[in-house]
Amino acid sequence: MELIKPGSKIPFTRYRKIALIVSTIVNLAVLAFLFVKGPNLGVDFAGGTIVQLKFQQRATIPDIRQALESVGLGGSTIQEFGQEGAFEFLVRVEKAGVEVAALSDQMKKALAGKFGADKVEIRRVEYVGPKIGEDLRWRGTISVIAATVMMGVYIWIRFASAFGARFGLHFGIGAVIALIHDVLVTVGALMLANYEFDLTVVAALLTIVGFSVNDTVVICDRIRENLRKIRRESLETIINTSINETLSRTILTTGTALLVLLALYLLGGAVIRPFAFALLVGFTSGVYSTIFIASPVILLWDKSFKK
Amino acid sequence: MRRGVLTRVITFSVLALLALLFLAPNFLGKKDSSGKAEMPGWWPGFLPSDVIHLGLDLQGGSHLVLEVKLDKAIENHMERLKGDLTTSFRDKGISGVSVERVEFTQLQIKVASASVERVRAILKADFGNLSEAKTAQMSASGTDFHMTLNREETRALRDYIVDQSLETIRNRIDQFGVSEPVIQRQGIDHILVQLPGIQDPQRAKDIIGKTALLEFKLVDDNVNPEEAVKNGAPPGRQVLFGQVGKGSAGVGAVKAPYVLEARTLMTGEYIQDAKVRPGEQLQGPYVELILNDQGARLFEQITAANVKRRMAIVLDNNVYSAPVIQERIGGGRASITGSFDIKEARDLSIVLRAGALPAPVEIVEERTVGPSLGRDSINQGITSFIVGGAFVILFMIAYYKGAGLVAVVALVFNVVFMISMLAGFQAVLTLPGIAGIVLTVGMAVDANVLINERIREEIRAGRAVRSAIEAGYQNALPAILDSNITTFLSGVILFQFGTGPIKGFAVTLCIGILTTVITAVYLTRVYYDYRIGTRRLERISI
Repeated sequence: MELIKPGSKIPFTRYRKIALIVSTIVNLAVLAFLFVKGPNLGVDFAGGTIVQLKFQQRATIPDIRQALESVGLGGSTIQEFGQEGAFEFLVRVEKAGVEVAALSDQMKKALAGKFGADKVEIRRVEYVGPKIGEDLRWRGTISVIAATVMMGVYIWIRFASAFGARFGLHFGIGAVIALIHDVLVTVGALMLANYEFDLTVVAALLTIVGFSVNDTVVICDRIRENLRKIRRESLETIINTSINETLSRTILTTGTALLVLLALYLLGGAVIRPFAFALLVGFTSGVYSTIFIASPVILLWDKSFKK
Repeated sequence: MRRGVLTRVITFSVLALLALLFLAPNFLGKKDSSGKAEMPGWWPGFLPSDVIHLGLDLQGGSHLVLEVKLDKAIENHMERLKGDLTTSFRDKGISGVSVERVEFTQLQIKVASASVERVRAILKADFGNLSEAKTAQMSASGTDFHMTLNREETRALRDYIVDQSLETIRNRIDQFGVSEPVIQRQGIDHILVQLPGIQDPQRAKDIIGKTALLEFKLVDDNVNPEEAVKNGAPPGRQVLFGQVGKGSAGVGAVKAPYVLEARTLMTGEYIQDAKVRPGEQLQGPYVELILNDQGARLFEQITAANVKRRMAIVLDNNVYSAPVIQERIGGGRASITGSFDIKEARDLSIVLRAGALPAPVEIVEERTVGPSLGRDSINQGITSFIVGGAFVILFMIAYYKGAGLVAVVALVFNVVFMISMLAGFQAVLTLPGIAGIVLTVGMAVDANVLINERIREEIRAGRAVRSAIEAGYQNALPAILDSNITTFLSGVILFQFGTGPIKGFAVTLCIGILTTVITAVYLTRVYYDYRIGTRRLERISI
């Protein structure tokens, strides 16, 4: 079976201008969105408490709110969680007027009073203090940036020996720009889908950074090889040939990864869903960015240096 | 031209056998509380018997991060130092000296001109841990010294307080009875506590978080408590409130005020044991304190000196009771009564036995997962693993036929190696960790895809099958290594950043990369080398 017929000659770099324009607009939009509205921070980063409840029988959000009002928690955010009909809810308390340590206990008493003690179960409590939240936010951001830069440096060093330091640097920068694109696209998609940003999202972003760079590495590797083999062609042609030659690999690899992610997204449960969603978006974006961003950036830089 | 095929077959067989040995306890054994599996009788003792450790998110339990309120403890320490200084000056007969705490960790000593030299000598001889915060200011009336703890002393004090808190918390948890708790210091002033499988997290938190500073203070019956509440306590006195029963009263319950002499006669440091005793009818149980010899003597002296006065028993600034001292109490026994039920009394005895925390602690992070959610997570993880794995297997065989089958066999080995390494290294499996395994299944075939695409290319370019295979492996290797190294690097960063569950993901990601390179590149190669060696290979299914 073959997805891409051998000898395909799609002139990818020809679309680089439109790709760069579209991607720049998308990325700027995400940045604007990020700074104007700001991401929807989960308790990991914003601090606060979430309590996951499971009821044995039908319960509605107004019922729960009413029960929680008796202990002064009526202002909490309550949302359904997990599969429909599972009667699972997530209650988020931003800043508790009551002592945090006793929060879940109070909540349990209030709910037991309304629904019956054996009808409601507290399945999960997460509390993150404001200072810890700030610390995690900072460290999360730093680690994503550090990983991105590290990938660039790795590629730079890796290809510097083959092409010389300057050209290796172009590959590194191309990769970093592609990665920033993937991270931003994923962040934008998470915001659009209204997912909360928490530790698992950072884990997803770091995985995207580590995985998306693979395609870039493979294509750069092929460019290096073709530069030796085909000496008469222009760099643009060589880049196109290299992208075409590795195209089926790029699609296959991401394809199998997307298959398992789809399984995780659909079957892995509500806790893992945002994580799987982020990876689905990020990996897909990784294919696009490698082909339409990383490679043209190499070209762009090369041209500007030749002048 | 077998090029050591046999050697490699033996190597991989041994590896596979080892992997299965490490996995076996998970299937054969019954897990007991210590993480070792109860293995059947025929299983030799020298073989591994550890089962995979499940993270708190999968087995249920509480993850707590406590912050030790160092500032408060250091403040107390400075107050004590102030007392020591005052006593020392008085004992040496120096008059005209006053010691005040200014700022957070500074003591200001005002000395009349006549005594400056003697004070300086005492500071030098007996208070070497204090250094001058700024140079002494001289004026007509005398000299002001500004003393503070020197840096090393402060650091040592901090370390001592945090270590002591950790030790106390460990004692309490041991007495509470939790299997395999994790209690670790984190950073400067944080303590990580992990309690797997606890049923009542609220109770555990109450026990851990209580400062449990027990003090005996005299009640001043000459001051009207209501007035003291309104107008503030007179000098040397303080107003504390009666303890509110946790079970019955809630917010807004009336609390009885007491006016106490601020001076603490005795603290809980002399407690040797604390026991729950059943109370009289209509009264709840009480906690009996058994003091050590030193404490017993001190208690006898105190009670002898204050017969007919009321002595308040104060725990964490709550007055539990304030009985009248009828007579001198010898024998070193005292009791704390209050309106608590048997569970509260038992918890109180635990914290009193384990001793007070040297500083208050605050829970700054809590993650508690109930066991039923953990079970659901495991089931969902396994389902997505099976379904995702089946997708990948079908896809690989459909796309590459024979070569796809080879990759799938390698993938099976990969998963076996990966999970056995988790078991062997005693790594903790978490929900994101399961996601990491599922993801590895999807990403591992990348190496085979790279190799197979190369082989196809080489065959298309007209190479003979044998050299196509060799060239395929050889040319694909740099890209495979590069892409795995980059993912590994981000896994390492993730491990540095992450806490608990996320660390579990980073671990499976990194282990998965190691096993992927081993199986997808080297294991599949053995098969092709074997084929090449045994017969003339003219066609391969790819």
